[in-house]
Amino acid sequence: MKNTALAAIHQSLNAKMAPFAGYHMPIQYSGINEEHENVRNQVGIFDVSHMGEFFVKGPDALDLIQRVTTNDASTLYIGQVQYSCMTNEQGGIIDDLLVYRLDLEVYMLVVNASNIEKDWNWLVDNNYKNAELVDRSDELSLISVQGPYAVDTLQRLTSYQLNLIPYYHFRELMLNGIPGMIVSNTGYTGAGGFELYVPNHSAVALWEAIMTAGSSYHIRPVGLGARDTLRLEMGYCLYGNDIDDHATPLEAGLGWITKFNKVFNGKEVLQEQKMAGAKLKLVGIRMKERGIPRHGYRILNTDGEPIGAITSGTQSPTLKTGIALGYVAIDAAAPGTNVLVDIRGLLMGACVSKMPFVQSQIK
Amino acid sequence: MKYPEHLFYTRDHEWISFENEHALIGITDFAQKELGDIVYVDIPSLDKIIVKEAIFGTVEAVKTVSDLFMPVNGKVIAINPLLETNPELVNQDPYGSWMIKVLVTSASDRESLLNAEQYQALIVSNPSSHE
Repeated sequence: MKNTALAAIHQSLNAKMAPFAGYHMPIQYSGINEEHENVRNQVGIFDVSHMGEFFVKGPDALDLIQRVTTNDASTLYIGQVQYSCMTNEQGGIIDDLLVYRLDLEVYMLVVNASNIEKDWNWLVDNNYKNAELVDRSDELSLISVQGPYAVDTLQRLTSYQLNLIPYYHFRELMLNGIPGMIVSNTGYTGAGGFELYVPNHSAVALWEAIMTAGSSYHIRPVGLGARDTLRLEMGYCLYGNDIDDHATPLEAGLGWITKFNKVFNGKEVLQEQKMAGAKLKLVGIRMKERGIPRHGYRILNTDGEPIGAITSGTQSPTLKTGIALGYVAIDAAAPGTNVLVDIRGLLMGACVSKMPFVQSQIK
Repeated sequence: MKYPEHLFYTRDHEWISFENEHALIGITDFAQKELGDIVYVDIPSLDKIIVKEAIFGTVEAVKTVSDLFMPVNGKVIAINPLLETNPELVNQDPYGSWMIKVLVTSASDRESLLNAEQYQALIVSNPSSHE
């Protein structure tokens, strides 16, 4: 089990820690609801250093990225970030990831901690033209600062005008005296903010500087528990729950990052699925009755016939009601469709919901 | 972590307080901390006779759901009405927030319960994987 460079900080904050993807990670500090609301209303700081960072360089870097991912990385300009999927030959999702274009022939791929080894092997296996590959996952920490006061907080640590960085863009700049840091206007909460890639040896100092800079904005540390409720309110997928090697991007509602104008692994299978129509679709489920839909619970139509299963669910701290993601048969996938969720033997009323469940605060 | 002396405890982290043939039952400080933010307390067992160690309800937190087990044989004669609308009281005051009141039907049940010292020893020797 690995520790992040911020382990001593979590200990001093009395975080509740749990194993997650091979790391001891902070699950919560003060409590999920309080942390969640602090991100929605003020600003929160997350240690997400478990995420993996691969660098792909050289004249054949783009070719490799195009082959292994579904989105069209050729459209990226320097300073831009793209959400994408890695697919296998069957069109199943190996991982979802972010692709950063750092320079003309330099890219960074940010992958899920649980998939670092799998993704790396897949990249190596597909690297026919010998692009240069470097795994810097163990050298880099990732601190996410999210919430309406994230910009004000971080602005105190840099002379660069942070509000000039558009959504899904980044800059390499000096922050808290650390030169060349990747400061990225991305995040997985819908609350807006930045993700900061920092060498491990500077992570503690950076965390402390952010905490001080954000003190007047009521900054609080946020664990993976609230990260999960925040991302669920936005309807974002969690790898291993909502998407995996068997689900395709089309079934997962990720058709928008699947571009058929280029060649990639699994393209033919996905093209056929697109023509024939996927039989299942990942949808949002919102409870009408009391009860929390959770991973594995059955979804039924109003006649009581099983039509799918919940992949992740929670009580929405914002809406105070149960929300979930789950796969249902395509004829039940339209928003507004009434369904039932089998909550430990009780069939509770719910409906297919448009997503996000909560309006994003990102302008 | 608090372990009031006047209470008895189960290995499943319920507490029970006896008053003659009646008893109040709730969950321990350790249990509420482990569960995190509690959002529902579901107790469908009013007026039912529940045997010791059987499930009398469930408590739902944001991240997890947990069954509630009877510490003694008894009939559920009341459910704390405050928890219907304010389940977070269990987080704020676990020993003040009883979940059910029971008519104890078998007095000998007490003998297998833990006292405060024994319960504390159980927690200390078996710290959760979460901590």
